[in-house]
Amino acid sequence: MPEVTMVAALNTALRDALAGDPRTLVFGEDVGELGGVFRVTEGLQAEFGRQRVFNTPVAEAGIAGICVGLALAGWRPVAEMQFDGFSYPALDQVISHVAKYRERTRGRVEMPIVIRIPSFGGIRGKEHHGESPETYYVHTAGLKVVVPSTPLDAYALLSNAIADPDPVIVLEPKSRYWSKEGGELSTDGAGIGEARVLRDGDACAIVSYGAMVHRCLDAAIRLADEGIECRVLDLRSLTPLDLDAVGDAVRATGRAVVVHEAPKTLGMGAEIAARIMETAFDHLEAPVGRVAGPDVPYPPASLEQHYLPSVERICAAVRSAVTY
Amino acid sequence: MSAPQTTPEELPMLQLVAPDGTAVGDVDVGLSEDQLRELLRLMIFCRRLDRECTALQRQGELTVYPAFEGQEAAQIGSAFALGPDDFVFPSFRELAVAVARGVDTVEYLEYHRGTWHGGPYDPIAHRFAPICVPVATQIVHAVGWAMGAKLDGTGACSIAYFGDGSASEGDFHEAANMASVFGAPVILFCQNNGWAISVPLAQQTVAPIAKRAEGYGMPGVRVDGNDVLAIYAVTKAAVDRAHAGEGPTLIEAITYRVGAHSTADDASRYRKEDEVTPWRERDPLERHQRFLESRDVIDETFVKETEEAAETWVSQVRGALTELGTPPVSEIFDHVFANPSATFERERRDFEGGSDA
Repeated sequence: MPEVTMVAALNTALRDALAGDPRTLVFGEDVGELGGVFRVTEGLQAEFGRQRVFNTPVAEAGIAGICVGLALAGWRPVAEMQFDGFSYPALDQVISHVAKYRERTRGRVEMPIVIRIPSFGGIRGKEHHGESPETYYVHTAGLKVVVPSTPLDAYALLSNAIADPDPVIVLEPKSRYWSKEGGELSTDGAGIGEARVLRDGDACAIVSYGAMVHRCLDAAIRLADEGIECRVLDLRSLTPLDLDAVGDAVRATGRAVVVHEAPKTLGMGAEIAARIMETAFDHLEAPVGRVAGPDVPYPPASLEQHYLPSVERICAAVRSAVTY
Repeated sequence: MSAPQTTPEELPMLQLVAPDGTAVGDVDVGLSEDQLRELLRLMIFCRRLDRECTALQRQGELTVYPAFEGQEAAQIGSAFALGPDDFVFPSFRELAVAVARGVDTVEYLEYHRGTWHGGPYDPIAHRFAPICVPVATQIVHAVGWAMGAKLDGTGACSIAYFGDGSASEGDFHEAANMASVFGAPVILFCQNNGWAISVPLAQQTVAPIAKRAEGYGMPGVRVDGNDVLAIYAVTKAAVDRAHAGEGPTLIEAITYRVGAHSTADDASRYRKEDEVTPWRERDPLERHQRFLESRDVIDETFVKETEEAAETWVSQVRGALTELGTPPVSEIFDHVFANPSATFERERRDFEGGSDA
């Protein structure tokens, strides 16, 4: 099986979308000749021309805003925000318009917009380069939000996001950009709203997304050595949530630990825990655990590994649930 | 600290017809006598409608309403210059533009009735984007739409309406810069009405807004916003430029918000009636009426008959508006997604079933 990096998988998804639909446009800061600061758009301008793949001025609100106008004119914009921490100027356009335009126009105008945002920490980046912005988007009605954890999922989720008639925010875990996976790129298997069980077990469910999924898998291997078998669930989609998969995981194990980089307060863990309480309370053998970033600004590179959920912290949370 | 004062009189401003109706420039702007009368008819109709809307708000039939009295020429003159395929991106005070562009008035007023949000009409069919309250955000949309039209090679242009307050927003800058960088066929049409709620222009910005165009590398025009012919002429020139693929234009129409910011506002708290009086003397309707009378384009019966027709029309609008029902509660779920998820549908079922868990 040929191996692809997540960057290559995303690049292929964009190339396939541009080739498959002449109304698809790709734009953002440095996405042209440079191919984006992470090279996700490498070669696309040369292949599809400056009309369809183009650099924009450094203007994130403008990038999100022109998506709305282009969608109104019948185009399918796929925009790149250069970094998580630089996506905030665009929030007004995303919250006020991208997310609401369809509803505001009683469904007469659709917003088939994709906004890709390289996100999360773990790459020894400078400040403003390691943010976890998912709650802002998940809390905004009208958006779909996906987070791939592997190259094949990245291809499928981005492809499905571009094909979706609704606006989709794609949060790409930068620390997994250079990870490799073997297999055929396909749009099957990672539909928006479909979680995936990566490892099965009956002692505890570990629910995560993005780069932290891999730490959860490492933790599950270590816990298995202790005789604690965990079901690892990769959400892949934060809006819509795959509530069935979350409920199944809890019913199968009686316990759940949610893991994410984002600060604990009002992070996805809060929502998952609440949903579990609503739908599977009778199956719980222990309180739902959360392993998350603390409620502090993302730390400098030299300290980030203390901030990010570690395998040790995940293991400790699972042991705590199992021995409750 | 006192802010520097900028008054319209200190800066060059295109004017074709003086407030007393006399021509002071080339008034042959390419409009037929029928079209000249149509401009006056639209202004009379829209003023009557505007006053009715304020009254309807007072009677509890509309939610907060932002009157545009004094800005009829700026809105109707500019709308009149657009081609049929051109696309309007309004702010929230552009009811007269909507009427001039043929947007169904009752559908538009569903917004102020509170039956739906900013896009109660069909934006695509009417070439009229949803009413936009987060000021200046719509300017970027207009640029994006114009970029799309350019890619399609349709030759059509867009026009973004915004105010002097909006011009202080970052989105104005990003839109203007992008419009130039991409050579977008778009007109940035600023109705400088002197006030952003209670903040006067001098506290908003110290240099003429039209002068910013130079920094963006596009033509900038300052025009008498109460002179409907001048407004038509400069907008038509900008539209022609855009249609010809020559890029964006910034127009600053100097006008005045004769009324309060909205029916929720009390202008007496921040401005004296003395300031308003001279602007009433520059009334755009009277100016155009005097001009047409001086040229015998209308006779003495035209205004009276048009006012009677406006009365009939407004009465029909009022009737249709007050008969509008409340939409079904389920509609709050209906349009959020084109492709709603099972999770979303479950929430809808729970909500409609009265269950919160």
